[in-house]
Amino acid sequence: MPRTLLRTAALTSVLALTIGSQALAQTYFRGSDGDPETLDQHKTSTVVEANLLRDMFEGLVTLDSTAQVVPGVAMEWDVSLDGLTYTFDLRDDAKWSNGDPVVAGDFVYSLHRIMNPETGAKYASILYPIKNAEAINSGEMDIDALGVVALDDHTLQITLQQPTPFFLELLTHQTGLPVHPATVEEFGSDFVQPENHVSNGAYTLESFSLGDSIVLTKNPEFHDAENVAIETVQFLPFEDRATCVRRWEAGEVHSCSDLPAEDIGRLESEYGDAVHVAAYLGTYYYSVNTTREPFGDARVRQAMSMVIDREFLADEIFGGTMVPAESFVPTGISNYVEDAPRFEWADMSMLDREDAAIALMEEAGYGPDNPVTVEIAYNTSENHRNAATAIADMWSVLGIEVTYNVRDASAHYANLRDEKDFDVARAGWIGDYSDPQNFLFLVESDNDGFNYPAYMNPEYDALMDDAAAETDLAARAEILADAERMFLRDNPQLALLYYSSRSMVSEALIGWEDNLLNVHPTRFMSIAE
Amino acid sequence: MPPLSWGGTFQFGRYHMLSYAIRRLLGAIPTLFFIVTAAFFMMRVAPGGPFDQERALEATVLANLNATFGLDQPLWRQYLIYLGNLAQGDMGPSFVYRDLKVHEILAIGLPVSMKLGGMALALAMVVGSALGSVAALRQNSAVDYGVIAIATFGITIPNFVVAPVLLLVFALYFDFFPAGGLTQWQSYILPVIALALPQIAVVARLIRGAMIEALRSDHVRTARAYGLPTRMIVIKHALRAACLPAISYMGPAAAALLTGSIVIEQIFGIPGIGRYFVQGALNRDYTLVMGTVIVVALFVVVFNLIVDLLYAVLDPRVRYD
Repeated sequence: MPRTLLRTAALTSVLALTIGSQALAQTYFRGSDGDPETLDQHKTSTVVEANLLRDMFEGLVTLDSTAQVVPGVAMEWDVSLDGLTYTFDLRDDAKWSNGDPVVAGDFVYSLHRIMNPETGAKYASILYPIKNAEAINSGEMDIDALGVVALDDHTLQITLQQPTPFFLELLTHQTGLPVHPATVEEFGSDFVQPENHVSNGAYTLESFSLGDSIVLTKNPEFHDAENVAIETVQFLPFEDRATCVRRWEAGEVHSCSDLPAEDIGRLESEYGDAVHVAAYLGTYYYSVNTTREPFGDARVRQAMSMVIDREFLADEIFGGTMVPAESFVPTGISNYVEDAPRFEWADMSMLDREDAAIALMEEAGYGPDNPVTVEIAYNTSENHRNAATAIADMWSVLGIEVTYNVRDASAHYANLRDEKDFDVARAGWIGDYSDPQNFLFLVESDNDGFNYPAYMNPEYDALMDDAAAETDLAARAEILADAERMFLRDNPQLALLYYSSRSMVSEALIGWEDNLLNVHPTRFMSIAE
Repeated sequence: MPPLSWGGTFQFGRYHMLSYAIRRLLGAIPTLFFIVTAAFFMMRVAPGGPFDQERALEATVLANLNATFGLDQPLWRQYLIYLGNLAQGDMGPSFVYRDLKVHEILAIGLPVSMKLGGMALALAMVVGSALGSVAALRQNSAVDYGVIAIATFGITIPNFVVAPVLLLVFALYFDFFPAGGLTQWQSYILPVIALALPQIAVVARLIRGAMIEALRSDHVRTARAYGLPTRMIVIKHALRAACLPAISYMGPAAAALLTGSIVIEQIFGIPGIGRYFVQGALNRDYTLVMGTVIVVALFVVVFNLIVDLLYAVLDPRVRYD
């Protein structure tokens, strides 16, 4: 019995392998972090959706395999001297998957749709720089007032509210992707169903089965179809990172979009270069509630920041998959100064930092005789718990006593936004586009949703306003750097770590380039036989 | 005369059974109503909402979303609207999976969970009863101790340990089965085994205990005295009585198995509905949570009824009055 069982099993696995290798030649099995919540580019908000939509649609501009902004449907564009008007010249050969030409009016329709309050677009705010967009999205102004006009079928003009030097970066976000107006009119929100789907990118939607797989097939109408090597992409959702890794090890997927931190060591020693850990545009930080004593005192915040051994957190708690932070804006970001600001004390040894921090606390009137108690709030996760425990230990040299408050993610973030009932709270931010403004705006005093520490600094706000009005990129970068220096001096958020992206990439998958945005469009990749 | 009266009671019994089943199902409606109401308000007590995630939303956007989903209405009105829709069979749209309605999400996942759970259930019943019976017949032998050891092991080692070990050994080391997904029939083998193992263990223990008792009972002794063959005694007389505790256990267990397991689904990458119980609650996907609660409640009601009906079939002393 065991022998026959073994033989049958061996036979079936050989069979499976041959089928597998035939399919592998043309199909990319792409592990993804879970299911998309929607395939509607106007309701989208997650990274999973960004990857899917990027393969199916092409915006005015798009990102290449190294995450650089390159022409998409727009071949070229002019920006007016005041930085307010963008005129896009659309390519003649851009087509929808049903053969319709892609025209400027499609983008007008799409931008109108995302700003319509009834659409309920989660990320409409990313396109608020467009003239009147915010007022329209709040229902205060008519949709036709939006600063988007089709001058003719191949010329689109977008007018902005105020100069936004990173506007092209914004357009690469999936919210900037067009919908096919006729399909949306006909099927309403069901235009995302595979049988109705019409797209203008390298791939079209073949099938979507929640929790199982999403299959995309090459779009023969795509203008660059001749250079698209992979015929079929199968996105497989993995809630559990380890599940993807096992299937990768079994040769059933070509890439995994995230890895379990605790397994990185083994994977690196076994598979070497197949493990990709790359800098990612994100910061892991602690918000300090500046409305509470003694956290309103910048000296206390700085002391708390100085004694945190970020190397330890990165290596021991996160297994080398995070990078110790020396600033709030992650390194490598676009539109920034060469010599980006760092903590003034970044080069001091841990011992010196501790001494300086103890002195700062004494100055502020705290120490072992008058200890500070801190409640660290974090959302449920093994890693967050370990990090909080380690930080509590590091703070003990300042005589800080720590208690914890753990909530699930929804409760945690609702608390940060609404009740603000915390001393110190864990949070993280992944940039939506590569520009320092996307990090520094978090603590502008009028930013109700994101300014968890309730940092109110008119000087800081003034710098951010100046930067927003400055059209010269180099001069703007200097102003933003001044703002970040102020941030790093005041420490409303204690920057702890920069995120890294971590992926497993099979040798057979060619053209995967690590980049800061962790963007990997399938159309630039191919699979070796 | 005897055949006639036998037929008469049978007819009578079936009529009673049917009316009993209908009465029980009707009686479940207030129970379900209570469960729906309690779940609705308990969900809302939890802090945060479906749109509070790592990436916070602009105030304008949040207001638009709340309006789109009717969350800007007072709670009592939301409740009445929900009840009204539910009465028409509409569980509403998911707050998180925005392209789908809750009933569509359940329609995708539930058949998968039921198929997997059904297979695990069948496997657990067959293998569990066989092991339990064998152990009981050879009480205090090596075989018996072996079964008890396996059963104890099966109950104490949790799913999330067994499943990855099965995968590492049979999918990665030996490459007998796929390492995840449900792409071919072989994909079902490991998850079904992982799901069934703890149930096999419980069933085996229950059957063993009841069987030992049944073998010592008067009617089995009488059957032996009549000189009936051992096989017939065991299968027809002893096992029939010994099944009862296992069947009472399997009612709720079946409801749990058929509605999916988040652990098994995540480890094997299976598109069932088990994960929505946890995800739905963590995401505050109110309508999805309500949907899963209703599904489970229905399964529990139905399976408890099936158990009671089976009791009557197996034990002639049970009557429905």
